[in-house]
Amino acid sequence: MLIRIELDGTVRQVPSGISLAAVLAGLPGRRSASGEPRAALCGMGVCFECRVTVDGQPHQRACQLPVREGMVVQRDV
Amino acid sequence: MTVDVLIIGAGIIGSAVAEACARRGLCVQVLEAGIPAAGTTAAGMGHLVVLDDNPAELALSRDGLARWQARQHALPSQAEYRACGTLWLARDDEEMAEAERKQILLRQHGLDSQLLTADELRRCEPALVNGLAGALRRPDEAVLYPPVASRWLLSQAEALGAVLLRNAEVNCVNDEGEVSLSDGRTLRAANIIVAAGNQSTRLVPGLPLKPRKGQLLITERYPATVHHQLVELGYIRSAHTNDGDSVAFNVQPRATGQLLIGSSRQYNDLDSGLNWPLLQRMLARACEYLPGLLALQALRSWTGFRPATPDKLPLLGRVPGCQRLWLATGHEGLGITTALASGELLADLLCNTRPSLDPHPYDPARFDTWTAATPIQAVEAATC
Ligand SMILES: Cc1cc2nc3c(=O)[nH]c(=O)nc-3n(C[C@H](O)[C@H](O)[C@H](O)COP(=O)(O)OP(=O)(O)OC[C@H]3O[C@@H](n4cnc5c(N)ncnc54)[C@H](O)[C@@H]3O)c2cc1C
Ligand code: FES
Repeated sequence: MLIRIELDGTVRQVPSGISLAAVLAGLPGRRSASGEPRAALCGMGVCFECRVTVDGQPHQRACQLPVREGMVVQRDV
Repeated sequence: MTVDVLIIGAGIIGSAVAEACARRGLCVQVLEAGIPAAGTTAAGMGHLVVLDDNPAELALSRDGLARWQARQHALPSQAEYRACGTLWLARDDEEMAEAERKQILLRQHGLDSQLLTADELRRCEPALVNGLAGALRRPDEAVLYPPVASRWLLSQAEALGAVLLRNAEVNCVNDEGEVSLSDGRTLRAANIIVAAGNQSTRLVPGLPLKPRKGQLLITERYPATVHHQLVELGYIRSAHTNDGDSVAFNVQPRATGQLLIGSSRQYNDLDSGLNWPLLQRMLARACEYLPGLLALQALRSWTGFRPATPDKLPLLGRVPGCQRLWLATGHEGLGITTALASGELLADLLCNTRPSLDPHPYDPARFDTWTAATPIQAVEAATC
């Protein structure tokens, strides 16, 4: 089944039940404070590299969040 | 070679003393056992604040703040100096009366401040809980990142000719001007200054100094919601007059958008690990003032040990009974603020010039744990 989420202002259809990190895999992501590109690393909630803003809440770990219908995601915090 | 001044410890105090001495043309050596600025200096909050528990504390912190203000533009940007000002928060009429008392006292010392009503306070810090009585605003106070500021002072000293010896752990000192290192070397100097923070007691027996543990927590980066360093006025009661475990609301907005949350005070806990029940109390207190904190994520929490004397004033001057052996330690929770003032005062005493502040309140001889004759022998016997 497909559900819809909003990613950086664009609506996307994604399979339900997958993690948000899986949606973001391969896409350009967050930049560190010194400007380096960042992406999910550990996949298990430990490294905090996969952080995104979800429904207005910054620093949410994408690898720990299953996608939800209507979820609003911003990649750069 | 005999140097003029040998300083033990490259924390912010040793570095400030080194810089002040080097600026007077003295030949300076600094000995550091570990990494410069990695002791208590790296654990502190970096709030540059005038405290007024007693006239001597007020004089030293006021002088220290003025010296940082004068040098703010020379600091590297990584020192994150920001003149955000302090808000002393009053919960009720009693604390508002305290704010008024404080304003009058500070004015007598030429320090500007403004009383804010409850409405004015809400307008300038909307993230604060509703229902506070008001605040006293000290507009010219500031914050900085202590380890960078400390290393900058040391580099200033080095540029003036001071020499830093790393991996130089001092085992013992004596009043003959001799310093023995754990690697077997002996160094000589006309004057030795012990600025080794809490470890100073190892080198100078009988030193009235006790580590006073503190805990801090820093959040992730968020859009700025707090604009001043926020401190509860009850801080004075909980932090300075009480010798038991205490917490007080103290929050600092960092230039990065992080919030640095304090603070706790504890004697008799030498464990550098976190005390979770006390951390919980500290955070609960912080949430009473800033309810929005609940939604934020913590990045890191750590502990540090303030080198505290019985009267919370530093030890600046000769070890009683000694000629060549000096102390620059015991700055408790105010050593970042008072570092430059302390360095200047000690350099004046060393050079026999008249200090701009009355040095007596900080003279180590004020404690009667010393007797005029014993320290020299005690120092030699116990540590060499
Ligand atoms: C939680 C907390 C919050 C604080 N907040 C503030 C604040 O907001 N504002 C403020 O003004 N102050 C604050 N302080 C206080 C301030 O951090 C200290 O007063 C100050 O850092 C003390 O500096 P120091 O140089 O004396 O000690 P240290 O930084 O500990 O330096 C001593 C140095 O000596 C070295 N040393 C020790 N023994 C030897 C030896 N035998 N041989 C060679 N080297 C040796 C150590 O390695 C160390 O580098 C805070 C402190 C804490 C713990
Ligand atoms: S990938 Fe490591 S916390 Fe999400």
